[in-house]
Amino acid sequence: MKQTFAIGIGGAAGQGVATPGDIFAKIFSRRGLHLNAYNAYQSIIRGGHTFLTIRTGPEKVTNMGDRIDLLIPLNQDTMDRHLGLLTAGAACVYNAETIKPGAAGDGVQLCPLPVSKLADITRNKVAQNTLAIGAALSMMGIGFQGLESVLTEQFKKKGEAVVAENVGLARAGYDYATLNFKPFASPLPMTENRYAVFSGNVAMAMGGAAAGVKFYCAYPMSPSTGVLHWMAAHARKAGIMVRQVEDEIGVINMAIGAAHAGVRAMCATSGGGFALMSEGLGMSAMIETPVVVINCQRAGPSTGVPTKTEQGDLWQMLGAAFGDYPRVIAAPLDIGDCFRLIPEIFNIADRFQCPGMVLCDLLLSEGRLSVDPRDLDFNPIIDRGELITRANGAPSGPRTNGAYKRYQISESGISPRAIPGVPGHIHTAATDEHDEDGVLISDEFTNTVKRRAMMEKRMRKVVGIEAAIPPPSLWGPRNADVTLIGWGSTKGVIEEACEILSDQGISANQLQIRWLVPLQGEAIVDVLKGSRHTIIVENNYSGQFARYLRSETSYAPNGHIRKYDGEPFMPHHIVEAVKEQLTGKTKLSVPTHEIMV
Amino acid sequence: MATGLAVPKQLVMADLKGKIDPDWCPGCGDFGVLAAVQKALVELQIPNHEVITISGIGCSSNFPGYINTYGMHTLHGRALAVATGVKLANHELTVLVTGGDGDGFGIGGNHFVHSMRRNVDLLYIVMDNQIYGLTTGQTSPTSRIGMKTKSMPFGNIEAPVNPISLALAAGATFVARGFSGEQKHLTELIKQGIEHRGFSFLDVFSPCVTYNHDNTYQWFRPRVKKLEDDPAYDPADWMAAMERSLLWGDEIPIGRFFERTDVSTLHGAEPVLNEGPLVRSDTRIPPDLARSFIEELM
Repeated sequence: MKQTFAIGIGGAAGQGVATPGDIFAKIFSRRGLHLNAYNAYQSIIRGGHTFLTIRTGPEKVTNMGDRIDLLIPLNQDTMDRHLGLLTAGAACVYNAETIKPGAAGDGVQLCPLPVSKLADITRNKVAQNTLAIGAALSMMGIGFQGLESVLTEQFKKKGEAVVAENVGLARAGYDYATLNFKPFASPLPMTENRYAVFSGNVAMAMGGAAAGVKFYCAYPMSPSTGVLHWMAAHARKAGIMVRQVEDEIGVINMAIGAAHAGVRAMCATSGGGFALMSEGLGMSAMIETPVVVINCQRAGPSTGVPTKTEQGDLWQMLGAAFGDYPRVIAAPLDIGDCFRLIPEIFNIADRFQCPGMVLCDLLLSEGRLSVDPRDLDFNPIIDRGELITRANGAPSGPRTNGAYKRYQISESGISPRAIPGVPGHIHTAATDEHDEDGVLISDEFTNTVKRRAMMEKRMRKVVGIEAAIPPPSLWGPRNADVTLIGWGSTKGVIEEACEILSDQGISANQLQIRWLVPLQGEAIVDVLKGSRHTIIVENNYSGQFARYLRSETSYAPNGHIRKYDGEPFMPHHIVEAVKEQLTGKTKLSVPTHEIMV
Repeated sequence: MATGLAVPKQLVMADLKGKIDPDWCPGCGDFGVLAAVQKALVELQIPNHEVITISGIGCSSNFPGYINTYGMHTLHGRALAVATGVKLANHELTVLVTGGDGDGFGIGGNHFVHSMRRNVDLLYIVMDNQIYGLTTGQTSPTSRIGMKTKSMPFGNIEAPVNPISLALAAGATFVARGFSGEQKHLTELIKQGIEHRGFSFLDVFSPCVTYNHDNTYQWFRPRVKKLEDDPAYDPADWMAAMERSLLWGDEIPIGRFFERTDVSTLHGAEPVLNEGPLVRSDTRIPPDLARSFIEELM
């Protein structure tokens, strides 16, 4: 088993859970430790309960894991909710004056901090947080220096006195713990590496910038808003026009307008906003103007649980907008992949002049992951496809459109796309069915032969798209006892479940789907033919991917593991469900989330 | 620009003729609007490949197909949102948006209000016939109280929207009303609207001869009074414009209600566009900048 260490910090919203989280993340990533952070929170600005899990270790950390090694409750509620989760070897650091511990498990170390003796609590309301960070680092075997420099950066703007006060507090906590608490059994190592830490939303925004996005617009909607925030903050440096629009209908239409004028345009939303964009996606397909839309799924239906994760929008994406049209849908596999996928999907959308949809979810959008900065390629391949611009257009005369036909019938289904402003290529792009020249064939020129030809031209692009995307591959031993099939964000947790199962004598492999439409059905079935027992794991109620796979390939797996309580899978949920299913007890497991958040 | 082309000849009306002839009903007010737009472009001598005409859906929204400029025939009610994207991606284009009262004030009402407060630099021409035509005659947001249609056979009980007052309240920087039966006057308003830097709203009475038997040419002709004929009228006076916008009945003002030029356009207010249109900007993030983006995460 890999060495990992997980910290859980909980409190009410507004109590400062985020700051210690950021501080730990900086310290770990600068020591060359990987990390994965997930914040379970509620749709409330002040109060309620928020619980941040940061899991770190010298190797890649792909998910929140099963175990909390250190609990830092910032209020009584957090103590009451989560102390029972701790098992032997774990510890709980808390303010002894305001929080009373309940019954702790065997081998759990309770570490009360006498906050008012160590700090002037009349002046510093979050003194307990800083003391706890200091104490925690001492117990983890991490030197004080790293914390001092992070605190200095964190509070620099507030002046030297605030810096000195916080460094002093941290030091007091650190020294107190060194004298009074037992250190953790395995101190956290240090490596030569230095990692960047980002959320999936930041990753997708940066991926957009790398892909050459020049226009980004959005309406705020959790959990997609982080993309807008990064874009807005960096727009002027990166030369990106960023607009906040009146609604998601406006968003998609504005993005398509910008794309039609010749730039790469992107927008992000969640399920509700995506529903409003549906008609616009049909327009993108019909006028053959590429646009990339990100859907950061949250728990639905309707307003649902805005701050909780789910993979419940697959069929919405599959069915978005009426009529048949070519579309591309991809689900990033982890937060690093959120960055890589955006340039890839833009190239496909541009080449095939159709909408590209990214199916992300809250787990990736708002989770955070460490990545090697060398993996963040800001110079990816940019393929704009057959685009006629003023720079490369061969004008046949400013007043005519010469021989140019915007929707010329072609074998590939792709017709060279001239952008407005290019002499000699005047045309109208219409959402009504049209002929090769863009003339409507919905009114007096209605024509069944032309309609069929245009429909077939557009749909022929699907063949090219299929050839442009790689088939999925099987990870792990070929001849395993069980094959776990997942899509998108469950990659990391399934991977770890496979490792645990192998350690327990059940060999497991994994097939993780990234490109959902077009689905590489034959390749998937080829892989699964060799599997002994297959289980589809997904974060929704009805098995949306299982139903989709079956509709495309007639393939039905041996079993299903599903979760729709708003929280992501933890590795043991999958491990226990697999074991239960291999004994033949059930074909459908719905694990219970033990952490009450 | 060394294109190797001869010096362009003068733009003439024939250059602006679309690939097909309009299929509007004979006598439709929209013919007059189309002719006035073509005349205005000829008089302003704007090269037609630098113009894009964008519409929603409806009878009047077929407009882009009938004029030889770049065109987009978008979704019902969405033309202004699309046009905003087009203008921001390439602000060197002259953007004309055309549509009807149902498209603009009904299904597209939200975009209408927000486009005006943003002062997007475009001319929005609404061919206002106070009826839904392409769906064969239902009540529109500008239908008068009491008007009988297929959707309100016992008479409309909802008050109509006043597009001019609404535009003024929403912050449009150019607000005008024309009449399809007043060609010269309408052409002049279109020219002014194109030349205005900012959101130009032009509501045009464009009678539906098939479904609206209330608001006909004969009904409008004696009523419309040009604001330009009143020497005391000052289009810089917003309050005066608001007052005139409320006039309806025996006298209905047409002409330029309001114009102000001291408000920045949306594209002019965003420094990202200082270097030129987005469509010509560099798509690559410079290495130093990329490094700084990554450094923020460390």
